[in-house]
Amino acid sequence: MATTAAMGRERASAMRDGFAVLAVAIRREPWVFAVSTIGSVLFGALTVADAWVLGWSTEHAVIPAFRDGEIGSGVLWAVVALFVGVAIVRAVGIVARRLGAGIMQYRMQAHDRREVTRKYLDLPIAWHQRHPTGQLLSNANADVEAAWGPIAPLPMAVGTVAMMVIAVAQMLFTDAVLAAVGLLVFPAVVVANLVFQRLSSPLMTRAQQLRAEVSEIAHESFEGALVVKTLGREEEETARFAAKSHELRDVLVRAGRIRAAFDPILAGLPSLGVLAVLAVGVARVETGASVASSVVTISYLLTVVAFPIRSIGWLLGEFPRSVVGFRRVRSVLDAIDHTPYGATVLPAASPGTGLRLELDGVRFRYADEQPLLEEVSFTVPAGGSVAVVGETASGKTTLTALVARLIDPAAGTVRVDGVDVRELAAGELARGISLVGQTAFLFDDTVRDNIALGAEVSDEQIWEALRTAQGDGFVAALPDGLDTRLGERGASLSGGQRQRIALARALVRRPRLLVLDDATSAVDPEVESRILGALRAGGAGTSLLVVAYRKATIALADEVLHLADGRVVDRGGHAELLARSRRYADLVNAYEQEEVVG
Amino acid sequence: MSTTVSSGDDLRAIETIRRGLAHSPELRTGLVPTLLLALVATAGQVVVPIAVQQTLDHGLDAPGGVDVDYVLRMGLLAALAVLVTGVASYLMTSRLFRQSERGLATLRIKAFRHVHELPVLTQNTERRGSLVSRVTSDVDQVSQFLVFGGILFIVSVGQILVATVIMLVYSWQLTLVVWVSFGPLLLSLRYFQRKLSAAYGVVRQQVGAMLSAISEPVVGAEVVRSYAVQERTQAKIDTAIDIYKVASTRAQGFTAFSFSLGGLSGGLANAGVLVIGILLGFAGDITAGEVLAFAFLVTLFVGPVQMGTQILTDAQSAIAGWRRVIAVLETPADLADPGDAGVDLPRGPIDVRFADVSYRYPGGPPVLRDVDLTVAAGTRVAIVGETGSGKSTFAKLLTRLMDPDTGAVLLDGVDVRRVRSRSLRSSVVLVPQEGFLFDDTLRANVRYGRLDASDRDLRESAAALGLGDWLDGLPHGLDTRVGQRGESLSAGERQLVALLRAHLADPDLLVLDEATSAVDPRLEMRIGRALEELMRGRTSITIAHRLSTAENADEVVVVDAGRIVQRGPHADLLAEPGPYAALHASWVAQQGAGLRSGPPDEEPRDRVS
Repeated sequence: MATTAAMGRERASAMRDGFAVLAVAIRREPWVFAVSTIGSVLFGALTVADAWVLGWSTEHAVIPAFRDGEIGSGVLWAVVALFVGVAIVRAVGIVARRLGAGIMQYRMQAHDRREVTRKYLDLPIAWHQRHPTGQLLSNANADVEAAWGPIAPLPMAVGTVAMMVIAVAQMLFTDAVLAAVGLLVFPAVVVANLVFQRLSSPLMTRAQQLRAEVSEIAHESFEGALVVKTLGREEEETARFAAKSHELRDVLVRAGRIRAAFDPILAGLPSLGVLAVLAVGVARVETGASVASSVVTISYLLTVVAFPIRSIGWLLGEFPRSVVGFRRVRSVLDAIDHTPYGATVLPAASPGTGLRLELDGVRFRYADEQPLLEEVSFTVPAGGSVAVVGETASGKTTLTALVARLIDPAAGTVRVDGVDVRELAAGELARGISLVGQTAFLFDDTVRDNIALGAEVSDEQIWEALRTAQGDGFVAALPDGLDTRLGERGASLSGGQRQRIALARALVRRPRLLVLDDATSAVDPEVESRILGALRAGGAGTSLLVVAYRKATIALADEVLHLADGRVVDRGGHAELLARSRRYADLVNAYEQEEVVG
Repeated sequence: MSTTVSSGDDLRAIETIRRGLAHSPELRTGLVPTLLLALVATAGQVVVPIAVQQTLDHGLDAPGGVDVDYVLRMGLLAALAVLVTGVASYLMTSRLFRQSERGLATLRIKAFRHVHELPVLTQNTERRGSLVSRVTSDVDQVSQFLVFGGILFIVSVGQILVATVIMLVYSWQLTLVVWVSFGPLLLSLRYFQRKLSAAYGVVRQQVGAMLSAISEPVVGAEVVRSYAVQERTQAKIDTAIDIYKVASTRAQGFTAFSFSLGGLSGGLANAGVLVIGILLGFAGDITAGEVLAFAFLVTLFVGPVQMGTQILTDAQSAIAGWRRVIAVLETPADLADPGDAGVDLPRGPIDVRFADVSYRYPGGPPVLRDVDLTVAAGTRVAIVGETGSGKSTFAKLLTRLMDPDTGAVLLDGVDVRRVRSRSLRSSVVLVPQEGFLFDDTLRANVRYGRLDASDRDLRESAAALGLGDWLDGLPHGLDTRVGQRGESLSAGERQLVALLRAHLADPDLLVLDEATSAVDPRLEMRIGRALEELMRGRTSITIAHRLSTAENADEVVVVDAGRIVQRGPHADLLAEPGPYAALHASWVAQQGAGLRSGPPDEEPRDRVS
């Protein structure tokens, strides 16, 4: 009892929320909504008018003609004009309704997509890190689509309600008793429709979810195809996929059975209604209480009005999905997290001077997790270079993210040329610093656009940056050189090639501080040493902070920071650290020690 | 050799359906009874028009005045007909759903299986998304059509046919009037449909562009932020969204227009039927009831022509989807499992022989030329060479990810092409550079190497590889979720999982292709030493940039431009002038060997327990 009541309340609230979402759309696009609704009402009214025309024609043309064996041509012309006129105006109504609904839906979608992506660009990286990529992508796409799904059947449903009201009025006006017989049909169709929606919509939701799961398995399995093949796991993978596919199949078959049951019910109810009207109608004609044309009109009305009633079910059926989609979209738009920027502009420095970077007592941790960095302080002097050396997961990447202000420290400050990075105006830090990360992200764009990223740089400058990054050779060999499109995430290039383009992207901006986070890991050692040579040759005007394993890279730096478990455990020149610290020596000498051992 | 999966565009519609039915036999099962049921079901549509006609002519206009009894009897009969046809409709629809979904599930699973059978090269050249869509959305499209458009199609055609038959019984002249009203529209459906599908083609293309644009601020968040290119990114997104909106609106306009024409034809038909019907009535060719029945029968034409373009569009995309799925199934899996005709490899160390092997990637120059190489069972061989020298090709041929163009790869004297897949995969394991992880726990990922392994086996394996500390250091241990593609772990940790997995698989021949390139040097050396112990009594072939691996191998094979240019133990090769000495010199320089030293008082040999 209590649960039934609770479920009822839940359904009622889903209904209310569904209408609330629609209200948002109507408020935002009142004119388009008005046009499409007027179109739909026009369509509804004229569908009823069609039945009236048929009744009128029966009474004034068909019956007199067959009775008297003659008819005036004026009446015949009137019949033609009425039918054709009604049809034309109704066609206009259809166009207005459908086009209006489309425009409204697409506008709402476009609006929300713009808002959501704008928000993504504004939200701090820490927020991004807390949300899975797949979820964010579906918020901007599938959820937006689901939220505004009910707009498509909305005008039709509103028009149908209008049509029903007009139809009922006309039926009552024509013959109240016959109308009463016919009127039993409308509520029955509405109820059958609602029951149908209620039974089938959970199944459709489930099917949608299963489709996504089937797709996920396929995606993952194909992406891991090499592992599947080399370990001979094709059977197991197929079994995993088959289980989900069969689940989907079973749900669809069940949904199909429900539809199979309701299709004839929804079609049969008006037919039975018409038969009842005919029987009662004939009896009433016999007693003189009614006339033949009334019987025809009401029968025809039942036939044409019954089908559109289903659109009310379509509208309500979209509600649950819409409400969920709308909430998900809102949760992005309402996220309050943002990166506050100051107003300070970096003092103009004479060109070719490196940036001075200071970290002072910096701490960082993600909420409720172990600290990743503790009390980190160091300075990269203008034009100087510092290497950060440490084991896997010692906090190196977090350090570079702090410098580029992808995240803000929990305590302590990061300063460039003496200014706290949090006080800098938006975009200001990026003018001075270029970060090249471990994994090179490339846009689905040309090589040129990927390197320039909208900055005003000449092709010569791009080639020069590519030369330094040792990427000029392979780029020149691409089919369209700098104009080659790279495809989604640069899929057409090797890891090393992607890294070199990412490096060129940083270099072309002539950054005053270059931050490299193991940025050449996928490049083979000889190419890497050429890159480093070129960097060293060019670099007086650029300060350098570099995360590295390889000694040749470390040797570039004036000072080395040895990072362990989020703390700077030692610092100094490379040779100095080697002589002093066993742990450091172990880390960087691993290869040669092996030689000694082996 | 390497095949690409064709788009199947060259396959004609009829041929597509024929082959599609062959791949999903369930679709044909019971098709004849289903169609018969469909015929009965559609007959339900003409019950009302006939009842109206009967009522008018024999009830209201009966010779002896109004005949209520006749109408009641007729009404009951008609109600019975509604019930019977309703049951037929239920049976038809549920059968159609059941057989379609069964057939398509079979097709989906077959295609999925076949993608895994495709050559690695094909898998790599195809965009992953496109392979995925062949077992998902392409199949869904066929399903959508069979159970929605398909039913609609059967019902529409049936409805028009049955209505026409009844009309002909009443009056051939009025039937002609109705067909003249709807004919032009029926004939132009194809034209509208082509227009529409072109418009929706543009929409689909723009969806792709838009999705790619809106993914940038998410997947490229850090780059966008660190280069402060928010405005540029947003401008790109806004443009893509607008183009999509305009394309969708255009397509919607077309749809609305073509949809509205059905009602227009209906109006014309009704006007024609009444006026001409009355004129025919003067000649006594037709009754009033029959004329009015036409008005009801005309409504049976409106629905089908309104939905006609939609049905044709659905049909077209279903055929296209079906074609693409069939194209996957019909792409040859050229690394076929010999099955029962094949042999199993005996367990124990494997000896390897490359007999005059040549290989070239399709359209490229040869990567291996006449390579002849024997690796004795139980030895450790390192293959070294510059980037592009053909090193990785060795690994792929050895593990039968590809077959050589000429010559043969022999394991224990047996051509790999004759070894059963099961046996090959359990004896030979490749650890690639990018060890792919599934979005699951660490445990599940490691157990992928041996499905029945217990937690204890896993821990023992980790300890044996010197990874016990690392495993213990993870906050959730074996229950750690690795995230999509293993992205919650670092690149180095992903390689550790792949190694553990391979170790657990307990192969007789282990092939490592840059398998530890992303772990830190110290850990790499630790793993190297651990592997050395473990590979005692087995055969291992290692491909690496880092020459440290070569130093410990029994034999080093130097590859250059697809040929073996030098081979022998590290020390011997180092002593003679040649490519290896040069490679090694540059490796040593790279390591900054001049700076090598350590605290003198400490023992640098740091064996891992």
